Amino acid sequence: MSPRSARLAAPADAAPLFAALGDETRLALMSRLGAGRPRSIAELARGMPVTRQAVTKHLRVLSHAGLVHDFRRGRERLWQPEARRLAEARLYLDAISKRWDDALARLKRYVEA
Amino acid sequence: MSTDRIEKTIVLKAPRSRVWRALADAAEFGAWFGAKLRGPFTPGARVQGPVTYPGYEHVTMDLTVERVEPEHLFSFRWHPDAVEPGVDYSGEPTTLVEFRLEEVPGGTRLTVVESGFDRIPLSRRARAFEDNEAGWAQQMKNVERHVSS
Repeated sequence: MSPRSARLAAPADAAPLFAALGDETRLALMSRLGAGRPRSIAELARGMPVTRQAVTKHLRVLSHAGLVHDFRRGRERLWQPEARRLAEARLYLDAISKRWDDALARLKRYVEA
Repeated sequence: MSTDRIEKTIVLKAPRSRVWRALADAAEFGAWFGAKLRGPFTPGARVQGPVTYPGYEHVTMDLTVERVEPEHLFSFRWHPDAVEPGVDYSGEPTTLVEFRLEEVPGGTRLTVVESGFDRIPLSRRARAFEDNEAGWAQQMKNVERHVSS
């Protein structure tokens, strides 16, 4: 519990992580990036219903939220996910979710008594 | 995966009228939730009351009722993590908590949706996680005592 908490202690000016994920295109991009190896914008845009320019824009939003970063390999610019921020987002939702599970279990006991 | 909302469904072996009362009556809600709430729960009403479990007596539960549709829907807004002493939360975004009831064979299906997390600053949410996890566990122990006594 405590290592997890320490990891969640975000600075006050933390990027809007959750807003960044609240978009279907960006979630799709995260899903593609999560599939293993770093990818170029051209690869990421392939088969997507949006332009490369739009993909670039969405990647910048994700990057600003600390969810992805890019780097250069040869002449290519590649993007990959930031595993730590994704883990934080997931832990937060898990925690809230568990809180409601607990509350509803107790409500159940209360009304079924 | 939505980052903005949590949705939960549970089937309660109790008549819809019983579940409704446990939600929409301020005193009953407080009984299982762990706060001394002074009602009534009517649309637009701001209902406050001290949290009653040990260690959290400094916390005031503070919610604003949105919709009351008997035996169907009850909803309110609150600050999901308003537990720090001396902090004024009034200027911060709230989340919306909705309870929906449906009659099913053998009881009542209750669906809870809490939404609006995308508007809560990340730094606040990180703290909410730590505070609420402990807080809710405490609250629930207290409800258990209330119910079984």
